[in-house]
Amino acid sequence: MSRWSDRGDEGVELAKLFSRRRTWVAILLLNLLPTIVAVLLAWTGISPRPGSGPAFLSAVLANGSLFSIAALAIVLPLFLPIAVAVVAGESVAGEAEAGTLRYLLVRPVGRTRLLVRKFGAIATFVLVCVVSVVAVGYVVGRLLFGNAPLATAMISLSGSALSPGQVAWRSVAAIGFITVSMLGVAAMALFLSTLTDSPQAASLGALAFLIGSSLLLTVDAARPLQPYLPTRYWLSFVDLYRDPVLWSNLERGLALQGVYVVVLLAAAWANFATRDITS
Amino acid sequence: MTAAPPRSAESAAAPTPDVVIHTEGLTKLFAGGVRAVDGVDLEVRRGDVYGFLGANGSGKTTTVRCLLGLVLATSGRIEVLGESMPRSGATVLPRVGALVEGPAAYGHLSGHRNLVLHDASGRRPQGHLGGGRKDRGDRATEALAQVGLGAVGSRPVRGYSLGMRQRLGLAAALMRQPELLVLDEPTNGLDPQGIREIRELLTGLNRTGTTIFLSSHLLAEVEQLCTRIGLLDQGQLVLEEPLAHLRAPTGRVVVVSPDADRAASLLGGGVAHRDGERLLVTGADPAALNARLVSNGIRVSELGPERRRLEDIVEERTRRRSGEVPR
Repeated sequence: MSRWSDRGDEGVELAKLFSRRRTWVAILLLNLLPTIVAVLLAWTGISPRPGSGPAFLSAVLANGSLFSIAALAIVLPLFLPIAVAVVAGESVAGEAEAGTLRYLLVRPVGRTRLLVRKFGAIATFVLVCVVSVVAVGYVVGRLLFGNAPLATAMISLSGSALSPGQVAWRSVAAIGFITVSMLGVAAMALFLSTLTDSPQAASLGALAFLIGSSLLLTVDAARPLQPYLPTRYWLSFVDLYRDPVLWSNLERGLALQGVYVVVLLAAAWANFATRDITS
Repeated sequence: MTAAPPRSAESAAAPTPDVVIHTEGLTKLFAGGVRAVDGVDLEVRRGDVYGFLGANGSGKTTTVRCLLGLVLATSGRIEVLGESMPRSGATVLPRVGALVEGPAAYGHLSGHRNLVLHDASGRRPQGHLGGGRKDRGDRATEALAQVGLGAVGSRPVRGYSLGMRQRLGLAAALMRQPELLVLDEPTNGLDPQGIREIRELLTGLNRTGTTIFLSSHLLAEVEQLCTRIGLLDQGQLVLEEPLAHLRAPTGRVVVVSPDADRAASLLGGGVAHRDGERLLVTGADPAALNARLVSNGIRVSELGPERRRLEDIVEERTRRRSGEVPR
């Protein structure tokens, strides 16, 4: 029996993250934009023409419960990654800036363990964000457009009808896919967070990485690079609502995020494990 | 404030090396070739209150950070509590309490919550120091009371003064009843009353067996508290000796007399140095000298063996010219 009975509570970083008002404000703001869109849509009754504007928005007027998916499509390109970059950029650099990093490390918390805990807390935060957007979107949609009974079939993007059960599992899969899609940004921000003692620099760096990626996606000359850009497959979650599901881009998206996460976490570890902590 | 309860039989039975901190040729070069610590050989023994002195920028904090595994030494060996650092940090650091370069805590949380989270983030020892989540809160309350923060423990740290934060940092360091306390400027920001309370707390802890490594630039603080002194100058350890040796009588006798002229002529060559009414006399026993002076009708207002002040020793051993910040 070893002298030390455990390695500490693994949930401690999670408890710290969710004890911050900032975290809850971020989740609140994340849900504000889709709600504003829903209110405007319900008030004016003007929906985007099918095929334009955020995905699924045109179908929302007919079936309010679809707004949960539309809300995801609204926050996905910008709001959600900003929230993730801010929280992940803060994770290590924020502790360094506050001076608490040195006390964590002499407590002691192993450096690798600290990174794993931080990344786990960020991933949980992403999941909470995505689930909250879906839940709030569903409630708002039912309240404002709640004209279609739940049992009514949803029309897939391919034109066929999807049963409520199919919609349910596809939505769970969409939550999972979007959460994973954010982990590349999270790993980037965490890596930058181990490089600098300024949380703002780490968050902005991660955002620059995203904006650069989004920009290159619109440049034809960058076509050879595009399959490898981190934001390339983000919106592929809509493929889950085709009939049958179009898996190819979903699979590529997951694999690509996996590569980004592994490479960036390895870089974060290599840097952090041997770094002099002078903060 | 109360002293720590005596440590358990279990920890007393553990192998207890007599040398608690040992470094050999500890050197740290920072980027740009700055030699912050240069071949330092430290030896801190069990039960010491070790005063680690040095001017600002002399390398004290870097040395402390190396001991705790925060900064990785360029070369040299470090052993803390008999094990090599930073390799054995996972087993050494739970037995060490540390305060490094000022306290730090999460401002939006209460002092108590900060201690609980700090405790929960790492391993916990078994035995009476261990215990589960429930005991964690009790231990935090106990540590807060120990440093005199019992009444404000539930308030957010945001509203704490520097002195209160310093006490909270000390509470975190004391929470696991460490064998070794490494304290960097622990009385920074405290008022005179607070300084005395912390001094009494540390003296009490040392009496129950805690070794204390105290880095400071406040000579008075070190003189009152420490048993051994290490002096760092431009990254090099220029002195490591028991304070009692340093402050031992020099063999000379100080005489202060309004009749200094007559005393000087009476003692002749025995007077090594004269400064107004103050004479330094060599090769004399204080009592015999007093009798001789008085029997010759010379009035004596002060007489005693000469002891050197820590300030003089430090000044003599450091090469740094005043007003010049090294590198």
